[in-house]
Amino acid sequence: MIESLVRYIWTHTWRQQLWILTIVALSMIPYFMSFDLPKLIVNGPIQGDGFETPGATQTFMDISFNLPVVGNIQLFSGFQLDREETLFALSMVFLLLVVINGLFKFYINTYKGRLGERMLRRIRFELVDRVLRFPPYQFKRVKSAEVATMVKDEVEPLGGFIGDAFVQPALLGGQALTALVFIIIQNYWLGLIAAVIVGIQLVLIPKMRKRLIRLGRERQLTARELSGRVGEIVDGIGTIHIHDTSNYERADIASRLGRIFKIRYDLYQWKFLVKFINNFLAQVTPFLFYLIGGYLALRGRLDVGQLVAVIAAYKDLPGPMKELIDWDQARQDVQVKYAQVYEQFAIDRLVDPKIQTMTVDPVGPLSGALGAVNLSLIDDSGALLLERVSFQIKPGETVAIITTANGGGEALAEAFARLNWPESGKVVAGDADLLELPESITGRRMSYASSDAYLSQGTLRDNLLYGLKHVPLTSVTYEGEKAKKHSWDLDEAKRSGNPDFDLNSDWVDYGAAGATGPNDLFGVIRHMLDAVVLSRDILDLGLRTTADLQRHQQLVERIVELRNALRVRLEKEKLTDLVVPFEPGAYNREATIGENLLFGAATGSALAGKALAANPYFLSVLKADGLDQVLYGMGLEIAEQAIELFSDLPPDHPFFQQLAFMTAEEIPTYQSLLQKLKGKPYESVAEADRAQIITLSFAYIEPRHRFGLLSDDLMAKIIAARESFYENLPEDLQGAIEPYDPMRYTVAANVMDNVLFGRIANSHPEGPERIRAIVYEILDELGLYDDVLDVGLGFNVGVGGRRLTGAQRQKLDVARALLKRADFLILNRPLSALDQRLQDQILRNVLEEARRDGRAPAIIWVLTNPAMAKLFDRVIVFDAGELVEDGTHETLLARNGIFKGLLS
Amino acid sequence: MMLLKDEVGMLRRVPLFSGVEPAKLKLLAFTSDRVSYSEGQILFNQGDEGDAAYVILSGTADILVDSDTGQIKVAELEPNSIVGEIAILCDVSRTATVRAAEPLEALRIRKDHFLRLLKEFPEMTIEIVRVLADRLSHTTAELADARNNKH
Repeated sequence: MIESLVRYIWTHTWRQQLWILTIVALSMIPYFMSFDLPKLIVNGPIQGDGFETPGATQTFMDISFNLPVVGNIQLFSGFQLDREETLFALSMVFLLLVVINGLFKFYINTYKGRLGERMLRRIRFELVDRVLRFPPYQFKRVKSAEVATMVKDEVEPLGGFIGDAFVQPALLGGQALTALVFIIIQNYWLGLIAAVIVGIQLVLIPKMRKRLIRLGRERQLTARELSGRVGEIVDGIGTIHIHDTSNYERADIASRLGRIFKIRYDLYQWKFLVKFINNFLAQVTPFLFYLIGGYLALRGRLDVGQLVAVIAAYKDLPGPMKELIDWDQARQDVQVKYAQVYEQFAIDRLVDPKIQTMTVDPVGPLSGALGAVNLSLIDDSGALLLERVSFQIKPGETVAIITTANGGGEALAEAFARLNWPESGKVVAGDADLLELPESITGRRMSYASSDAYLSQGTLRDNLLYGLKHVPLTSVTYEGEKAKKHSWDLDEAKRSGNPDFDLNSDWVDYGAAGATGPNDLFGVIRHMLDAVVLSRDILDLGLRTTADLQRHQQLVERIVELRNALRVRLEKEKLTDLVVPFEPGAYNREATIGENLLFGAATGSALAGKALAANPYFLSVLKADGLDQVLYGMGLEIAEQAIELFSDLPPDHPFFQQLAFMTAEEIPTYQSLLQKLKGKPYESVAEADRAQIITLSFAYIEPRHRFGLLSDDLMAKIIAARESFYENLPEDLQGAIEPYDPMRYTVAANVMDNVLFGRIANSHPEGPERIRAIVYEILDELGLYDDVLDVGLGFNVGVGGRRLTGAQRQKLDVARALLKRADFLILNRPLSALDQRLQDQILRNVLEEARRDGRAPAIIWVLTNPAMAKLFDRVIVFDAGELVEDGTHETLLARNGIFKGLLS
Repeated sequence: MMLLKDEVGMLRRVPLFSGVEPAKLKLLAFTSDRVSYSEGQILFNQGDEGDAAYVILSGTADILVDSDTGQIKVAELEPNSIVGEIAILCDVSRTATVRAAEPLEALRIRKDHFLRLLKEFPEMTIEIVRVLADRLSHTTAELADARNNKH
């Protein structure tokens, strides 16, 4: 990165800047000409100069003007026109010049904008590129929200400025100068007055604005800190609640906002003062023109045409002047911003770009031993974590690392993963310093998982395969419009200094995971998921998720088979009453009234949720049979019951999960609605209120809620309404609903609903658990287990994986580390969120899985349970930053050392 | 089919809940599950961890205790009786097995729901404590009687 902004801009854009400067220079010619015209029009055809005799003619288009250096230029000798023709011709020329000036402006602005955007793209990319190369300790000092703000917001004005960096002063300066020169040519004294005032403006205003810049910088810093703090609050919300410190946080935020307010207020005050003075100076000049110019005109020393032209020209002077001053302010402002961003991103010991160079070819195994040589590690405060430790781990060796509370074993594992850089000494792989190996080797031949599992927003599958995405492996061919867009993308990326790696390519290195392609990868993944005991969780997610028609074709095609298998199975176990199936023409008592009415899954928003009761067509169906009034009465009853039951409970009470009809927040709304509607005849209730009440009835399930609202008559009416709903379904709603069909897969419903094709009976004890166990078995029997697992892998894990539990995240991290088939597998207390028994079980599974198919990776495992050390070839014990014991399990047991103490 | 309001009536007849306001009983019923068992189905087994109490709404159930000679029936549950209520007040495992003797309808009061209600409504807690204390004093009196008779 270059420290000076101006040099940075010039280095990357000098060619474009020169081109645009040339265009700006060219644009000055028509600009100057447009100043001269008003004079010609007023003096000539309007005032009659040169048309004193009737029928007199004048030469037209004898356009000649004086420039200080170039001298007299004659573009065209002209032709003869009479007075009216001249007026018309000159006016047309004026219009033409307006158009030409406008076109120039349009071209210049577009060009500048594009230039600025490209540079903005370049800067942003460069900043993120540097973040990717920050040394690990840097991340303990910067807050993620602050870095994000810098990349996103703080460099934004740079983009706007870069286009203007050289062009704006040239263009505006040129315009101002042109106007000034023009005025001087018309009248020396008037020109002098204008020049003096301009001079004052140019000196005074930037001086006053210095203070504005200082305030602006303070504003930026405080705002950045604020965003950092808000980020901290969000991340640490649990801690805040636990310690009852929310009011402390409030105080902190309020005081920060107070400071920001003070700065901003100062800023406004000063800004408007500067504006006032600037405006005053700009307005004083025309006053002088009218006074002095008028006086000169009266004395006959200046013709009226000249005065008009001077005033017209002056009109164009304050504009460019003001913008020029603005530009200067923007320059200083942007320079400060750039300097601050530079300061944050110009860091010593950045990772060398060579280390991260993209390597497409497969990387050979790490055949040398991994070792520590006189390795010392410190933490962020400088405290020693590990002191002069030396040892070696040979390929294929399995090593348990046991560490006391401040032993340093975890830090050592981090050093092996390059997450903690040595204070002195080094980590070596074979003969090479680990820090000097390219990431293409360490990232593929070594693997690491810790308790601090990081997942990015995306599907489970994306996260699981993340460790295999090193390089784009396939080249994608684009056709037609897409090809055009792609080549445009490539071209633009090059112009902004961005890489042209194709995100649409398949980045997954199947070979590294022991698969040949996407089709047989699943078998490998399944083993990993089984090893970390995550399959069941993902299967459950899969059952709760909607499947993708294309991807899960098997599941979709065999759904009928699955449904039948479930029926047969339930009959065999005498559990037929466990699931009440959806049957066309029958009411399903275990489903809601809404489901019974629709008998399908809503695919759009038109018939989903609260919109259903307000849908005009649906309402018309209800009305035809008087059902709307019945459901309205039912809704009122439900509202009364719900309010009676729940109004005493605090809004965050878990019981509200049982209340399907309304949320805790809606209770007051319904309370007042009930007051309003009490005793009112149905006919006089407003449509919107009706919908609000009717919608409550849609969530009602008689066996579950037991309010006694469902009669046989009502059920029959609902079935009739269902039939007439589908009979006359208007075209615009055809796509909004997918009717239940026993022979077809319902795309909009989740997998479990599809398999059940009915509702679990509410009165059955342990109904959901029983049915889930049965469904697992049936999926396995029909060979569809993997398909549902794959649906589960499509589950979006949310920001930072927060939609998963901590234990699930850690399991996924271990599976991901396993998937790579690395030569050195480093596991740093990776499952701390799990109970000890499960940790031990997964440890055994993982050791077995890592050695599948005769592979023999080295495994370095920092253990939480010393008892598990017996499963490893070798045990290394750390205490107080030193390696205290090293040997096989038996030898350490035989010794009466720390290890034995830890075991007992 | 028995409705929510009928269940409230049933709950009122259970001594443990007899002093509790009807509105709260209704909430208790609403948050409880209505479960039905066929003849011979087990509600819970001796030794299981207790997580719910059951109020019998209709049908009868047998209380069985394991012995050396197999299970022996020690008592029968009639509609309106509650079983397993100790389990929702403290952590103990089931001391007997309960099996439906004929088709049975019951209200399953889950432990966590019940404890939440007690937390939310102290007046309800006081009523329940009163009943428990009453029971305790009866038991104590009976114990004293039994001792006196021995001597």
